[in-house]
Amino acid sequence: MPLAAGERDLRLDLFRGLALWLIFLDHIPSNVVSWLTIRNFGFSDATEIFVFISGYTAAYVYGRTMRERGFVVAGARILRRAWQVYVAHIFLFCIYMAEIAYVSRSFENPLYAEEMGVFDFLRQPDVTLIQALLLKFKPANMDVLPLYITLLAAFPPFVWLLLRRPTLALVGTVGLYAAALELDINLPSYPSGHWAFNPFAWQLLFGFGAWCALGGAERIGPFVRSRTAVVLAVLYLLAAFLVVLTWYVPAWTPIVPTKIAEWMYPIDKTNLDGLRVAHFFALAVLTVRFVPADWPGLRSPWLRPAVICGQHSLEIFCLGVFLAFAAHFVMVEVSDGIPIQIVVSVMGIVLMIAAAALMAWYKAIEGRSRGSRSAPPRTDPAGSPP
Amino acid sequence: MMRAVPFATSLMLALAMLLASSPVGTAVAADDLPCEVPDGVVQAAFPMPHVAAAIAAKKLDVAVLGSASSALVGPTGMARGYPGRFEAALSAQRPGVAVRVVPYAKSRQSAAEMEARIGEVLAGAKPTLVVWQTGTVDAIRGIDPEEFGTALDRGVERLQAAGVDVVLMNMQFSPRTESMIALDGYLDRMRFVALQRSVNSFDRFAVMKGWHESGVFDLSAATNKIDMAASVHACIGRLLARLVIEGADLATAAAAEGAGKPPDGARPSDLARSGGQSGVRK
Repeated sequence: MPLAAGERDLRLDLFRGLALWLIFLDHIPSNVVSWLTIRNFGFSDATEIFVFISGYTAAYVYGRTMRERGFVVAGARILRRAWQVYVAHIFLFCIYMAEIAYVSRSFENPLYAEEMGVFDFLRQPDVTLIQALLLKFKPANMDVLPLYITLLAAFPPFVWLLLRRPTLALVGTVGLYAAALELDINLPSYPSGHWAFNPFAWQLLFGFGAWCALGGAERIGPFVRSRTAVVLAVLYLLAAFLVVLTWYVPAWTPIVPTKIAEWMYPIDKTNLDGLRVAHFFALAVLTVRFVPADWPGLRSPWLRPAVICGQHSLEIFCLGVFLAFAAHFVMVEVSDGIPIQIVVSVMGIVLMIAAAALMAWYKAIEGRSRGSRSAPPRTDPAGSPP
Repeated sequence: MMRAVPFATSLMLALAMLLASSPVGTAVAADDLPCEVPDGVVQAAFPMPHVAAAIAAKKLDVAVLGSASSALVGPTGMARGYPGRFEAALSAQRPGVAVRVVPYAKSRQSAAEMEARIGEVLAGAKPTLVVWQTGTVDAIRGIDPEEFGTALDRGVERLQAAGVDVVLMNMQFSPRTESMIALDGYLDRMRFVALQRSVNSFDRFAVMKGWHESGVFDLSAATNKIDMAASVHACIGRLLARLVIEGADLATAAAAEGAGKPPDGARPSDLARSGGQSGVRK
């Protein structure tokens, strides 16, 4: 990544912005537009991109703070960020509760007597709310922010180690991932089960992103940009694509030998299956190779919408979760035909861009009125705080 | 919701009249329903030798082990739920065979809780075939998909050891609660177990989703009437009967071909799908 020190790597913003759009599309059930998202072309999906880039930018921003102001200040800032994400999660939870309560009051059909059981938790709001505050009760599609909160909460000592012994930190990350898979370590959920995104497994991508941000990228740079890596990545992506095709075109199933299929399936998302990690790495290798950091297109007005969404990732992520609820709501209440699916998908992304533009504008006027008074996030090379 | 409303309404009227004229609700009523699904959605992948033998012996006992979605509420619910329709459809297609379907549907039961009742089911109904419907309760409670899969696997193993053919039935497609109940992990596990244990599965989710998308049934309609639910169950019963007859025929054909060649009914696509969907969990 040949960028002058301190210069903003817009690729991070761009791809995080795109990941946010894809996550939004994937969260709308039965949506024809979600066929465009990367999960339909390979093993990994937008979540991997989001977590990796978040780890990268977090280490970039807070790593510098830790170097300049010390562990305590950087740690305090990270925890404040974790707190903001926590508040955002609870805010989303309120909206979710309102939606689910409305559906439980307005929907009735003897065919779905059993499915109505999903509203049972409304009968004991005291328990439900406490469990939600403890991050144990997480409704469908509300798993990513709790993951993010735990990753940030555990981040200060990790950054400390990264700044001193980066290799040891990386080994620790991989070791924890391996241990989580081997020993089945995960956090408990309410009313039963475990976290849908196992933080002990998913920290691998966050930690790896952080390692890359604080010098790792330079160390693996020559290999990542080598012909070998690109060829391997292309081959792996093609193989993954063929496998995924067989999920949708049964006639092509014989492409995947039964032995391999038995070894490969199920490809677990909860514990971040190795095949998913490899798929993400392959995508990253091609991205680094074909989208250089100084590519002029990164500053073009066409990509600007995605870039500004990526620069306000927390707000836009939350908005996306809300918009996905809203989109599904519209589809159920009005019509769930393909035209409506396309309309709500496009509308959602437009609203995400508009919100990001509004926040960018606020930031600009605040920055101007404050003058040169310390406004650290605005000048962060890696964009806004993650 | 706008879609095909007049059609659906007239359909329900027609059905209501049919049902009124034949309170037993036999396959005759279901025949007028557009229950069709695309090729391959309901298809026996594995032979069902025990069912084939029972049909040959003119006596087929079936148990339906399931949760609330294996029954309809209300006074006519019992007769109009899919187990009753399934019995009627089987009898109609194999005249002369004494078919008996005993429902063991209990609401709010997880796969593990049903698995614990298998002994009771085997002793009570002495079935040749067990249709095991499960998954929704596990998904609502957020039970680990892995745990769900383990319970399912244990149960199927136990049923097979008792000389019973098994059909696994997955969840209903429910557009209203689709964003609230995460089903993918459970759908995957069930496909996986079905394949590993070589048992047929009835993909109720895909069937109902297909009906909803093609406008056969408007599954997001809010109503307190039981008519549409009854039609859906009638269709499920009929398709289930088709699947079971197909499975029995596979066994008969394999037996006719001679014992030397193992029946090769497995559709590899199932394995792909069982893993495939894991990759697309939201």
